[in-house]
Amino acid sequence: MKCLLTILCSLMLLFHGNTAMAASHGQSGGSVDVKKIIFEHVKDSYEWHIATVGGTHVSIPLPLIVYSERTGWEVFSSAVFHEQDEYKGFRISRTGDYEGKLVESDAMGNEKRPILDISITKTVLSVFLNCILLVAIVLCTARWYRRRKPGDAAPGGFVGVMEMIITMVVDDLIKPNIGKNYRRYVPYLLTAFFFIFLSNLMGLVPIFPGGANVTGNIAVTFVLAFCTFIAVNVFGNREYYKEVFWPDVPTWLKFPLPLMPVIELFGVFVKPFALTIRLFANILAGHAVLLAFVSLIFITMAVNEYIGSAMTVVSVMFTVFMNFLELLVAFIQAFVFTMLSAVFIGLSQPEHHGS
Amino acid sequence: MSLLLPEAGLVFWMLIAFGIVFLILRKYGFPAITSMIDERRKFIDDALRSAKEANEKLAAIEEQGRAILDNAREEQTRILREAAATREQLIKEAHARAEIETGKMLAETRRIIEQEKKEALDDIRAQVAELSLGIAEKIVRKELAGDESQREYAGKLLDEAITERENRQ
Repeated sequence: MKCLLTILCSLMLLFHGNTAMAASHGQSGGSVDVKKIIFEHVKDSYEWHIATVGGTHVSIPLPLIVYSERTGWEVFSSAVFHEQDEYKGFRISRTGDYEGKLVESDAMGNEKRPILDISITKTVLSVFLNCILLVAIVLCTARWYRRRKPGDAAPGGFVGVMEMIITMVVDDLIKPNIGKNYRRYVPYLLTAFFFIFLSNLMGLVPIFPGGANVTGNIAVTFVLAFCTFIAVNVFGNREYYKEVFWPDVPTWLKFPLPLMPVIELFGVFVKPFALTIRLFANILAGHAVLLAFVSLIFITMAVNEYIGSAMTVVSVMFTVFMNFLELLVAFIQAFVFTMLSAVFIGLSQPEHHGS
Repeated sequence: MSLLLPEAGLVFWMLIAFGIVFLILRKYGFPAITSMIDERRKFIDDALRSAKEANEKLAAIEEQGRAILDNAREEQTRILREAAATREQLIKEAHARAEIETGKMLAETRRIIEQEKKEALDDIRAQVAELSLGIAEKIVRKELAGDESQREYAGKLLDEAITERENRQ
């Protein structure tokens, strides 16, 4: 395991090093634009850049799917932008609000986004890969259980680890926070937990199927939080809605000015918002810090080779440390998201007062 | 700021992918696992409970066995005591009977001896009288003819002599 981690870390360094090197090639005067490197990594892109070998970018082109009022539906590969800047009026913006996004020109000559852009971007592909992996892992585990009887020996190895995690999530997070109706929410919360955990871990793997910033993308965390929002508000019982719109406070706080109901209603939307931001910010920050430590090598190297060499050792140590920290964070963030979701669901199932 | 704005296309694909994954796992994945874990937990609880019950039953049986053993031991001592008492009594009875029997036999023997002795004495007396008569006859033959009054006198003298001897004894 230790050996594996070492290999992973060194590969990660290699990869990030390549990214940084590629970026530094593009810079004039040899200075390294760390901000650009980091943003290029954490933001979505229309191709999956793997490495740069001898000045050639090795990347996987991805399909772009757009709907524009000008052309209607258009599907093409991102590889077209290797040869030319513009394809059928579409181009990838280099500056401004839409930097890195697919844009077209409107009548005034300004950049604007097409009406619909459902391209398979790097993050989308990564989501798909993670989903396939997740389904495979869970179905394999489920198959082990289907082939056995309750009296058989407990599982070991990988299935044992899965059972340990599932038992931990169900017994420590879901059951105590939701209460007696917890069974209905177990599949959703487990799916969310494993999706986040797996995506976080895959984000730490530096080579192709991993390395994408999935859970550090606000759209992904937004969808996850939205699912929790639905679980909370669609299945909330009458008691919950009474607490939102007619809470147990002095009457002047809710009539004629509905002070408390407004605050409560605000809370209904703040909860998933907090979930969205927390997960997004934590993972994004983890990726950014890792990249910053690696970039440190190239910044100092550009200043002075001797300081750069010394800094390499420090930087590698920091990166290894950060990688371990990120492994911890990967688990903690999945844990926290699941726990908060369970808490919010539990709040939507209040027991009758006085019972 | 584009970092903080969710991209519509990504939201769309994420919803679809996550929704499909959730549906698949809800149908084929997690319920199978969690229900099996629950069942196994129940199975272990049942096994523990039945083991406890079996232990209790075993303890009860052991207790019962011990009680039976104790009873048997008591019975044994009681029987032994009774047997000892019976033996003592039998021996005593036998002794008593033997004593009675011996007493009887002794009395019989004494009686027979007495009788024999008496017979022997009578015999001896007759013989002594005869012998004495013979001797006296021989002594007094010359001077005295055989006379009835003299024989009676001699018998009287003999009786006296015997009485004297018995008194001496």
